[in-house]
Amino acid sequence: MNHILRIIGYAFRHKARLVWAYLCTAGAVAAYVVLPRYFGEAIDLIADNVGTVAGIPAREILISIGIILGLSVIRGALSYGQNYLAESLSQFVSYDLRNDFYDRVQHQSFAFHDRHHTGNLMSRAITDVENIRMFINMGLVRAPYFIALFIIVAVILMNMNWKLGLIASCFMPVVAFYTSHVRLKMRNLWLIAQEKMAELSITLQENFSGMRVVKAFASEDHEEAKFDVRSKDVADIFIEAEQLRASSMSFMLFTFLAAMGLILYFGGREVINGGLTPGELAQFVFYLQILALPVRMCGWVVNAYARAASAGERMFEILDAESPVTEKVEAQMMSRRKGHVVFKDVSFSYEGGNQVLDNVNIEAKPGEIIALLGGPGSGKSSLVNLLPRFYDVTEGSITIDGDDIRDFTLKSLRENIGMVQQDVFLFTTSLKENIAYGKELADIEEIERAAKIAQMDEFIDSLDDGYDTHVGERGSTLSGGQRQRMSIARAVLLDPPVLILDDSTSSVDAQTEDQIKQAMTSVMKGRTTFVIANRLSTVHSADSIIVLDRGKIVERGTHTELLAFNGKYREIYELQLRPQEEVMREIEISSMAKAEA
Amino acid sequence: MNLGLGGHSASRGQADEEVFGSAYDQRVILRLLPYVKPFMKLVIISGISMLLFTFTLVAVPWIIAWGIDDFIIPGDIDGLLWVFVLFLGVALLNWATNYVQQSAMQRVGQGVLWRLRRDLFGHVQKQSMKYFDNTEVGRLMSRVQGDVGQLQEFAALVVMSLGELLSLVGIIIALLILDVQLALISMVVVPILVSIMLVWQKYAKRSFIAVRIRISIVNAAFNENISGVRVVQSLNRQPRNLEIFDDKNISHREANLTAGRFASGLLPGVDILTAVGIALAIYFGASMVADSSLEVGVLVAFIMYIQRFFDPIRNLTQQYTQLQRSMASGSRIFDLMDRDPDMVDSQDADEMEALKGHIEFKDVRFSYVEGEEVLKGINLKIDAGETVAIVGPTGAGKTSLVSVLSRFYEVERDKGAILVDGTDIRNVKRRSLVRQMSTVLQDPFLFSGSVRENIKYNHREASEEQMIVASKAVGSHDFILELEDGYDTFLSERGTNLSLGQRQLLSFARAIVADPRILILDEATANIDSHTEILIQNALRNLLQDRTALVIAHRLSTIRGADKIVVLQDGQIIEVGKHEELMEKGGLYSHLYDMNFAAMDAPVN
Repeated sequence: MNHILRIIGYAFRHKARLVWAYLCTAGAVAAYVVLPRYFGEAIDLIADNVGTVAGIPAREILISIGIILGLSVIRGALSYGQNYLAESLSQFVSYDLRNDFYDRVQHQSFAFHDRHHTGNLMSRAITDVENIRMFINMGLVRAPYFIALFIIVAVILMNMNWKLGLIASCFMPVVAFYTSHVRLKMRNLWLIAQEKMAELSITLQENFSGMRVVKAFASEDHEEAKFDVRSKDVADIFIEAEQLRASSMSFMLFTFLAAMGLILYFGGREVINGGLTPGELAQFVFYLQILALPVRMCGWVVNAYARAASAGERMFEILDAESPVTEKVEAQMMSRRKGHVVFKDVSFSYEGGNQVLDNVNIEAKPGEIIALLGGPGSGKSSLVNLLPRFYDVTEGSITIDGDDIRDFTLKSLRENIGMVQQDVFLFTTSLKENIAYGKELADIEEIERAAKIAQMDEFIDSLDDGYDTHVGERGSTLSGGQRQRMSIARAVLLDPPVLILDDSTSSVDAQTEDQIKQAMTSVMKGRTTFVIANRLSTVHSADSIIVLDRGKIVERGTHTELLAFNGKYREIYELQLRPQEEVMREIEISSMAKAEA
Repeated sequence: MNLGLGGHSASRGQADEEVFGSAYDQRVILRLLPYVKPFMKLVIISGISMLLFTFTLVAVPWIIAWGIDDFIIPGDIDGLLWVFVLFLGVALLNWATNYVQQSAMQRVGQGVLWRLRRDLFGHVQKQSMKYFDNTEVGRLMSRVQGDVGQLQEFAALVVMSLGELLSLVGIIIALLILDVQLALISMVVVPILVSIMLVWQKYAKRSFIAVRIRISIVNAAFNENISGVRVVQSLNRQPRNLEIFDDKNISHREANLTAGRFASGLLPGVDILTAVGIALAIYFGASMVADSSLEVGVLVAFIMYIQRFFDPIRNLTQQYTQLQRSMASGSRIFDLMDRDPDMVDSQDADEMEALKGHIEFKDVRFSYVEGEEVLKGINLKIDAGETVAIVGPTGAGKTSLVSVLSRFYEVERDKGAILVDGTDIRNVKRRSLVRQMSTVLQDPFLFSGSVRENIKYNHREASEEQMIVASKAVGSHDFILELEDGYDTFLSERGTNLSLGQRQLLSFARAIVADPRILILDEATANIDSHTEILIQNALRNLLQDRTALVIAHRLSTIRGADKIVVLQDGQIIEVGKHEELMEKGGLYSHLYDMNFAAMDAPVN
């Protein structure tokens, strides 16, 4: 119920529209509800054979007809108003929801995104928003319309003849009671249905994206079986939900017809006994007739409520999600720093997870290069993610130039930190805009300079559209090495005093590897850099090498010091770094062959 | 090859997603019929129920008219009781048929959809790798999920629409039977309404298309921002991105408001025309009752019928666009189903017997694209159990070589042959061959599910022991046990509970469990850090024993240890032999090797 109220809250942001919608509704109801009276009057006039002269009905009948037409015009106009305003209100609400959702999601912490699939979030953005929108339209505006009709008709009928009116209205409480009983069941079913659809979606997405593996294992049958199970689940739950709907709707229509039958009998008796005119009986019938549509719509409205409640739950789960990383209320702007970074007694664990870092102490003076080494799961990546506050330390503190990073706005903090990672995300916009992603107002010279330092300029110039080339369209696929250099260009343009870098390169040829190496060296110059190191050249040029093992710093020093120490570093060096260079280089063979000849 | 980029584009192909065909596409209906056939009994039951249901609805005003004229006005109370009983009987019939009709029809609907989804998915699975290289995942998702979903709406709608049509027909018949003259007079408004609707339709359609286009732009924006959120945050793009999104959001909203105006626009017309119809009935009915050619009860029935008349029409128009959309979806679905996979097992293909692992390439030529050969006559013999390292520059054809071996792509009949244990691999069922091979690719693609499910992928019959042995062999056993649920731990989409290296180790374990006779490693260690690679090197040594292995590698240690080294360049084999042999030869390989050490700048202790 809470969720429904909150959804209604969204509608309240557009009070004017809501009020007008209700006013039109009230007007339409009024016009509609008066019509049967005039139908009845006309019937009575006709039944009493009020003088029809030469085929032209009496004046009284003509007046009735005129009123009927007039009311219908009014009703038509107000119907339009009601319908359009309900629809537009729902559109404004879903507009608000989309914006809120979009913004909330992009501000959510990394921990949040670790937990939520893209597909999951997308289905909320698409389906749940739509369900809420339909509710605003059907549930918020139209439902009162139907309820008003029910109540007003009951009142009018009881006014005309209280005994008969009571009989006629008896089916309404039945409908009301039954509706609320069904509502809860419906809601639960829809929640399950949504989950099942999401699971099916995931299975699909993975299968299509991972087709290479499927083909490699010839596991098409396995995949089909997996899919079929999920698909059947979806079908089953939908059948269950629809069965519920069918049974409730058919029952409600029956109660309505039963009421109609009762009116015919008891009303008929009254007419025979002289307590009611035929016209009045006709009115009863016409009034009940008005309720035929609302009775049928009951099912839809219940559905809309049920779907909205579960959609609301899913929506607000996201909108309400608390980020473990928050800005202090009194957070200041961090100015451009020199880059003296200190990790003091830093410990960190993921939510509900094992401890990833244990009492880490690191000091990096401005411009120094700190190389981080360690096996998978040693905590290197987590360590560097703490610096821009993608996660927060569980104990200890991180300071830049002496100030705790938690005292500053996230924006200003992150402006001081650049990241060059192996896994680069590019947006479907031009190369130029991708490079300038962090600094939109950069002019083309700055961008070109950054590209040059990142060793991308030659490649970009070789493209037909140069810097304006769109990323994402067929024909401008970028290789792993090129994407890495894009990442470097971005960092160069941002020109931050602190840099986080992962120096691993995907399998590339020697020339590209050289270029990337050069680009990395350039971008590290003059910046305090934390490097997740995989290369020999990096550890050589590092001011300090830190070896991590299961979250603890086990060795620290320069390359020579650590080699002499003959510990873990030495082991890594012998096994990884040195042989790493023993790689089959794919040098231009033709030029070599020529040299041979 | 199609390298998936980080972004998700609202692709150019989006435009043809929006094709609005006619609301009735014969081809789609015909293709759906076979799916409906198994449910024929239910369909008939539903059909009969619907007829009866409509009959009961149409009968109500009639019984009322009868009751008024033949019992109430003459004053026959006893007779009226029987009318009431009849009415109640009709109401009960209404209840029963209503339920049966809906219940039966939606079982049919869900059943049809389920089978359709299954067939569609199965058909997509059969497509060749080339198809997947050239098709966006988003498009396929749209097809299987989106379009089938539209058909679901369609099923519900068809039933409703049929019901409405039947009602309409029933009402018209009832009116005509009651009084032909009055019926024709009061139905004069119908052609007017129909022509208004036809005109309205044309303009409304345009507005609906605009809505569809803009919502996909909005959704694409959502998708991209969610996928790239880490970059967005690290570069502080949130405010700007929100601005950009807002524009798209507003544009979509405005399109909807326009469409809303159209959708609502028809209503006043319907209301007024209903009133006109009733007015006409009253006007002419008055004089007809006066000269006793019409009874009052009938007039009451007329008014009831006319009141009910336009509802079906109104509902049908509102459903019209959905019908169009669904037809378009159906059309796209069957387009896909009709697409013959371009790689099928030949009719007389046999099962491949248990492999020994002897491979032979006989003058194999292959191209992805007509005219651009990537393999230009490969001749190679590999003995069972040999480890073969394949080296060469980017674009030499290394991946193509192993891809045609595992029949990701097919070598044309007149362009050479690949024999495994003496049998041409094109003459056997692909599956029977591939099941005995394993490929470890550069990207450790894992599926959502537990660690266990992933290691035992496609080999659910493998025992726990086998899984653990494999896991230990690659060095993943320890870190798996450290996870919260060990082997039952659920792997998340971004796999952040595991690093890239760890995921690759799992994909190695997966390959081992499959216990292949032929193992292919396609740059399998390219994306992992050196430390992990060391772990794998050790595992590899065990792994490569007793199997035929083709390894595309860069690591000299791997290459040096191979039984055979194949040097590829430009789609041709330049040299073949053991490390020592090739070094002695002093050819290309030895040059590469020498250059390598010369370039190295490893400091000596």
